[in-house]
Amino acid sequence: MNSKQMELNKVEVWDGNTCNAQAFRQAAVDVLAAYPITPSTNTVETYASFHANGYVDGEIIMVESEHAAMSGCVGAGAAGGRVATATSSQGCALMVEVLYQCSGMRIPVVLCLVNRALAAPLNVNGDHSDMYLTRDAGWIQLDSFNAQEAYDLTLCSFKIGEHKDVRLPVISNQDGFLTSHTAQTVRPLSDKVAYDFVGDYLQVNAMLDFTNPVTHGVQTEHDWHFEHKAKQHAALMGSLFVVEEVFEEFEKISGRKYNLVESYKVEDADVVIVCLGTTYETAMIAVDAIREETGIKAGVLAPRLFRPFPLTQLASKLQNVKAIACMDRSAPGGTVGTLYNEVAGALFNTQARPILKNLVYGLGGRDIIVNELKEIFVSLNEEAKNGKLNGKIQTLHGVRGPELSFYEH
Amino acid sequence: MSKSIKEMGWDELVPGAALFSFDQVIDYTLAETNPEDRTYAETNSKNLYVGDWRVMKPVWNTELCIDCQNCWIYCPDSAVISRNKEIQGIDYDHCKGCGICVEVCPTNPKSLMMFNETEKNELALTKWPVKKEKGEK
Ligand code: SF4
Ligand code: SF4
Repeated sequence: MNSKQMELNKVEVWDGNTCNAQAFRQAAVDVLAAYPITPSTNTVETYASFHANGYVDGEIIMVESEHAAMSGCVGAGAAGGRVATATSSQGCALMVEVLYQCSGMRIPVVLCLVNRALAAPLNVNGDHSDMYLTRDAGWIQLDSFNAQEAYDLTLCSFKIGEHKDVRLPVISNQDGFLTSHTAQTVRPLSDKVAYDFVGDYLQVNAMLDFTNPVTHGVQTEHDWHFEHKAKQHAALMGSLFVVEEVFEEFEKISGRKYNLVESYKVEDADVVIVCLGTTYETAMIAVDAIREETGIKAGVLAPRLFRPFPLTQLASKLQNVKAIACMDRSAPGGTVGTLYNEVAGALFNTQARPILKNLVYGLGGRDIIVNELKEIFVSLNEEAKNGKLNGKIQTLHGVRGPELSFYEH
Repeated sequence: MSKSIKEMGWDELVPGAALFSFDQVIDYTLAETNPEDRTYAETNSKNLYVGDWRVMKPVWNTELCIDCQNCWIYCPDSAVISRNKEIQGIDYDHCKGCGICVEVCPTNPKSLMMFNETEKNELALTKWPVKKEKGEK
């Protein structure tokens, strides 16, 4: 690192975008592609101000679209650099083609995805539509529930993706506005500790190695394509253990512990909410409140990893639960929500066969508040007691107008 | 790479489907070595036969050729063989029959012409057209 170091306070007040930018800076990214889109704009903007003030050694490339941003990342990554960018929503949608190129070419780009709804109707606020859009793109996906976690997990993303057994790109998700624009107290690592943790980028088969010419992004038809996809899938499934390893190492330097599946009071719970993003923290408050007020044994669980999905780790935590509400913050598009499918898939071949329902909620940034979550726990508890679902499997929670439910059981 | 890629399982492939041009580290004098003397990796396109993609083939007429190198420059598959700026002929293992070389040939009549793939080259050379006069199409 030839850049100036930044003197950071023990506790800083940062929003989620600043957290991304600081993590990029401390990881000494070689190339960052910048194209603005709400609510992730401030990530690259803040990083650009670090660059302008001498805190960044690498290059910023201004591109003409998100497609170009990810293409630039793939090119710079193939050449042998550590690369990162940020996006949201429509920008992410425009990147999708290149996301597949990136993971298929096994280039460990880090993408901070600040989750936002997909148009139409146009909406700049947070939901998980863009996260779900990238579901099968072959990227590792981490999910943070607040600004501190966005900082921590973006740093971890470099170490995970660049690991020699992984070599896959990583998406570091956070909720649009709720995390990205809410200033919170964050305890950063010093520049040195952070950089030593991430480590130097070890390039493999870099294109700019002139003594060993290599072609990236080759064509493979029926004869090799399947095998390459198998190799990619194996790396993705195996990355679970690398993620655990990196989380352990991170705990040693920060004191903060991350798990493949995060849970709160699930051990003795009868009823559980499974969710992603900031809803986890709101649900923790609801769990405490409902336990105190009614004695309902409530709990909340959130996969820290959306991809690879921690199937066995999640299932083992839910073995004694009687009723579960899987909360999907994305327009369902003609089926049950993704999280519902994942959880159902994880549980189906185990002993546990809890009541499992799907609540679609919070689309386009609509709030979910503690009282609503408490009500969900109460109705889940009724269902747990009766041993059957009250109503249909999928309900659009909190939509105006008459109740909208689907999928008879 | 000791094992042929065709026998490899998924776990033996290079991550990212990256393909190496040469089996070993190369030095910069390689540019002065003729292609036939280089040790290309198995996966180098030099080692792949694409001649059966052709329906029509270019036939080269040494009598008319002025060695302008246009065909060599424009061939998208490096299938025109040239040594010391003298055309040697067509590499039919790597020529796909696109006809670009014929299009760019400036002589009158052309020194390269497309013929049916099944035509014998010696016979094709006897069917060459005569020089066109000014204004003649
Ligand atoms: S026909 Fe096409 S591929 Fe064949 S030599 Fe001519 S330009 Fe090259
Ligand atoms: S373009 Fe025609 S004249 Fe020129 S080198 Fe090729 S065959 Fe000869």
